[in-house]
Amino acid sequence: MTDRSQPVTANEPDVLRVEGVTVALGGRTILEDVAFAIAPGSFTGLIGSNGAGKTTLLRVILGLQRPGRGRVVVAGDAGNRRNRSIGYVPQKVLLDPDMPMRARDLIGLGLDGHRFGIPMPSKTRTSLVDEMLAAVDAERFANARVGILSGGEQQRVLIAHALISRPRLLLLDEPLANLDLRSGQEIIGLLHRIATEHHIAVLLSAHEMNPLLPVMDRVVYLAGGRAAAGTTDEVIRTEVLSGLYGHPVEVLHIHDRVLVIAGPGYPDAARLAAEGAGIELG
Amino acid sequence: MHFIVEPGFFSSQPVHVALTIGGVVAVVSAAVGIFTVIRGQSFAGHTLTDVSTAGGSAAFLLGMNPLLGFIGLSLVGSGTMDLIGVQRVRGRDLATGIVLGASIGLAALFLYLDTTTRATTGATQQILFGSIFTLDPGEVPIVVAFSVISLVALAVIYRPLLLATMSPDIAAARGVRLRPVGLAFMLALAVSVGLSSLAIGSILSTALLIGPAAAALRLTKRIGAALITAVAIGVAATWVGVLLAYDSYYWGSSHNGYPVSFFIVALTFLIYLASGLPARRAATSAPAKRH
Repeated sequence: MTDRSQPVTANEPDVLRVEGVTVALGGRTILEDVAFAIAPGSFTGLIGSNGAGKTTLLRVILGLQRPGRGRVVVAGDAGNRRNRSIGYVPQKVLLDPDMPMRARDLIGLGLDGHRFGIPMPSKTRTSLVDEMLAAVDAERFANARVGILSGGEQQRVLIAHALISRPRLLLLDEPLANLDLRSGQEIIGLLHRIATEHHIAVLLSAHEMNPLLPVMDRVVYLAGGRAAAGTTDEVIRTEVLSGLYGHPVEVLHIHDRVLVIAGPGYPDAARLAAEGAGIELG
Repeated sequence: MHFIVEPGFFSSQPVHVALTIGGVVAVVSAAVGIFTVIRGQSFAGHTLTDVSTAGGSAAFLLGMNPLLGFIGLSLVGSGTMDLIGVQRVRGRDLATGIVLGASIGLAALFLYLDTTTRATTGATQQILFGSIFTLDPGEVPIVVAFSVISLVALAVIYRPLLLATMSPDIAAARGVRLRPVGLAFMLALAVSVGLSSLAIGSILSTALLIGPAAAALRLTKRIGAALITAVAIGVAATWVGVLLAYDSYYWGSSHNGYPVSFFIVALTFLIYLASGLPARRAATSAPAKRH
């Protein structure tokens, strides 16, 4: 395990504070008293199995889902304008191969796509798009239709789309889900570079934490609607995760990988294992 | 010269009116059509043409201007589809199907009443297949006004509509209100369908909406270029169609001429087929899709 210290920016005010958020949908509690904070320019992994509430939590942060209790503060703003400070890459963006949009057009739409009217070409706009294309190493396919790009290439374009409005916080919902190992590693490296060089905090959801271990400053681990937050050494521990799952689990460190193993009798163990949920059965 | 343009084409007032209204309507249809195709709402667009049929035949029955009937009922139809749930993918087929069935039923009733009570067999022909050469010059300002309304609405919602089409999730996160933007587009679509019903007939207006847009989307990879190409194709097909229909009066010895709508639709279809050739060539020469 790497023993990462806090980001050097810890004395700045947090870019995101989630305070006691509880969400119930259709009588089922999805999130229960979730609380954590994210420092500017830090890299946070939001880890949990499918159905743990990761997407719901991201929707609450974006202001698309109103929490039953608690609140979210983004860059000091708890109101409706807070999503101006957030860049968002949702899960499964289906880009139609027939959509008449080049990579650079999609990135430009990140700048002003929410405004009314027709976009006017300008030197500033073009140079900003070029800058973003360079930031995500996408110059090679800048003029290709987005729909024909590979999953990793589309992910880069969507990240640039989210970055161009200069957010303080970048949210990504399962960006590694449909990527092969190498493309996934490249995206993680890219996001880490963005966090440190551009000083943009990254919050990335994933069901598998191992690829993120080298770059994560903090982890928010979701299980059964509850969250444990802190550094990986603080959170990925037998007693913390056992408390979260409400069932004995064991954390094993094997070489540079972490395995979370459910003790016998965990009701959802088979399902979690089948979903590749970061819980591996011994 | 006479081989291409028969005498009197450029001095005929019905031709002037046909070229003006046809051209303006082709511009609106092509521009709205691009968004209809990329949003996957071609079926909704087609359904609005059937709604428009009911509106036109009702207007005829009441002695009103058919254009107001075409557009009026299309607007009601698009609002109804939005209410039932055209925004949700699963709601779309349902909403469209319900409105489609109801409007064809109404059209059947009104057309029956038109032909029986008003003793004019021309009504069915005019409403379903259009009669661009018989339009009153006084229609021109009304057509232009509705066209401007539709195009301005499209220009206003252009960026949020594009963002919402690409990813509703991203658009919503950026603060775009999906429902009003989607409804505004449906209303622009309704006006466009009403206009093309007047120009080439209500059941053929799908051709002018989808054909030029579909061809343009095969030929371009930028939305702006697609819009310009679709407009050029739509206007060209309409104007050449008007010319051929005028010329056809001189074909053979019967001097009956052929309907202009047939020529416009046939040309649009041929252009769509031809647009596949460069697209296919590009597909075979480009490297295989990477995964």
